[in-house]
Amino acid sequence: MTVERVAPGAVEEALQPPRRRSGGGPPGEPRRVAYLYLLPAFLVYAAFLLYPLARSVQLSFYRWDGLSLGTWVGLGNYVDVVRDAGLRAAFGHALVLMVFYAVVPLVVGLVLASILNRAKVRGLGFFRTVVFLPQVVAMVVVAVAWRRIYAPDGTLNSLLSALGLGSLTRGWLGDYTLALPAVGFIGTWFETGLVTVLLLAGMGRISGELYEAARLDGAGPVREFLAVTLPSVRGEIAVALTLTVIAALRTFDLVYVTTRGGPGNSTSVPSYEVYHRAFELGQVGSAAAIGVCLTIIIFVISFGITRIGDRDTTR
Amino acid sequence: MTSRAERSANYLILAAFAVFALFPILTIVVSALGPDDSGAGTASMAGLHPGNFAQAWRIGHFGTYLRTSLTVSVTVVAVSVVLSILSGFAFGTMRFRGSTALFYLFLLGIMMPSEAIVVPLYFDLRTLGLTDTLWAIVLPQIAQSVAFGTFWMRASFRSSSRAVVEAARLDGASNRRILWQVLVPLARPAIVTLTVLSFMWTWNEFLIPLVMVTDESLRTAPLGLAFFQGQYTQGFTLLAAGAVIVALPVVALYLFLQRHFIAGMLEGAVRE
Repeated sequence: MTVERVAPGAVEEALQPPRRRSGGGPPGEPRRVAYLYLLPAFLVYAAFLLYPLARSVQLSFYRWDGLSLGTWVGLGNYVDVVRDAGLRAAFGHALVLMVFYAVVPLVVGLVLASILNRAKVRGLGFFRTVVFLPQVVAMVVVAVAWRRIYAPDGTLNSLLSALGLGSLTRGWLGDYTLALPAVGFIGTWFETGLVTVLLLAGMGRISGELYEAARLDGAGPVREFLAVTLPSVRGEIAVALTLTVIAALRTFDLVYVTTRGGPGNSTSVPSYEVYHRAFELGQVGSAAAIGVCLTIIIFVISFGITRIGDRDTTR
Repeated sequence: MTSRAERSANYLILAAFAVFALFPILTIVVSALGPDDSGAGTASMAGLHPGNFAQAWRIGHFGTYLRTSLTVSVTVVAVSVVLSILSGFAFGTMRFRGSTALFYLFLLGIMMPSEAIVVPLYFDLRTLGLTDTLWAIVLPQIAQSVAFGTFWMRASFRSSSRAVVEAARLDGASNRRILWQVLVPLARPAIVTLTVLSFMWTWNEFLIPLVMVTDESLRTAPLGLAFFQGQYTQGFTLLAAGAVIVALPVVALYLFLQRHFIAGMLEGAVRE
């Protein structure tokens, strides 16, 4: 992107005699007026995103119940993020969710997209519409649907009974070991479509000649996938991972509506802890610290993964 | 090359995956149209029961929630799209000191999770007496949409030919004319995409309204549904009907403008 840094107008700017125009800049290159166009957006943005972020950092250094005067605890709240078993568990749960939100959809999406890309089947447009649909449905609605599926008298248990697997039935969201995977599987459900559509778009751009060359070399479907398809969609894989990993870290609505972090704290996640601590337990400082940590992790992941994707696509 | 068997297998995979994606949604739709399972009604068991929607609408107060959601979404979308067009114009077509740094500052906002800001925002707005008002729901979401919108409109204005802008400038067109009469018409597809995406995000947002309002009449549709689920335990039919009501506006928009949704959500993630 730095290529454009040598501005195309710079040379002409130096050659042309200065003309008087509003703003005083060279002809056709308004400058100061730019700040005027930026101002309204910047004001709203600064007041309702940047300032609160700074306040979050500030609050995270205090122990505060939201009502009385807070006490300065320095990095105490951050130490707790590492030391407090409950919080460590919450971040651990987020890692488990990443497997369900990012890894499984990526593997399934790669297989599915490469099969569909090879086959050139009809009805792909309809398929895309359908598998992308979960992305636009409000998460609360998704949660209501899956609560029904996982309920003790719900769809999943009826299905298991009908298949003669009645011994496996249970209240899925009330089970200490299975509640977290059950929530995670909902993530798999709504992210797989997104990842598949993204990869399909990427694979559609691969030149047919590459495949022909591979076939002439006697490559089978698997070799073809590893040698041609996979390297060509690295950029898409990076984007898919960024989107899904961040979605896993930001899981709030789903946990709030399905399990409220329970049973016990077996499905509590960092986002839920932010809400729970700030607005239900009165541990505002701790909640702010978790929010700040979450933000840093998300920034690092976004930059990290896009870097990896970039390295392969640099011209 | 592909054999008949392989082709059938491919269609089978396609169909199986489509069913998997639709199954939970169909669960809701079927329950919403089925006989009321709360035991209160005397409705016959067979056939469709569209009356469930009317009943859910009444018992669950979805009329109020939808009105709030509509007010919030339309305000957020209208304001943020206009502000994004203005700021995207500055970033996309003008050179000024600090433009790169300022742009990166806006980029931070795209990645910033609501969880990072909602805590201090609540306490500061409470001090100002703004919690439990629509302002508390609308303003933070305008800021979030503006962060993405600035990025989105900048990319769009940059890609629309530089020559067009320069020609208009040489003709002596003012900045305002260049923006609204030359660039905006050219960028219409991008603006439509931005509009539908902001609408979807605002309509589906949960955390901000959950924290900011306790007044029942200010609940947005997803929030109302979450509370309805907690309070109404007599059965699933009306809950499902409520869920359909909440999801329908965005889903309907998606079915009409799906290309904008898919392209926006995928390209929006592909930075720069």
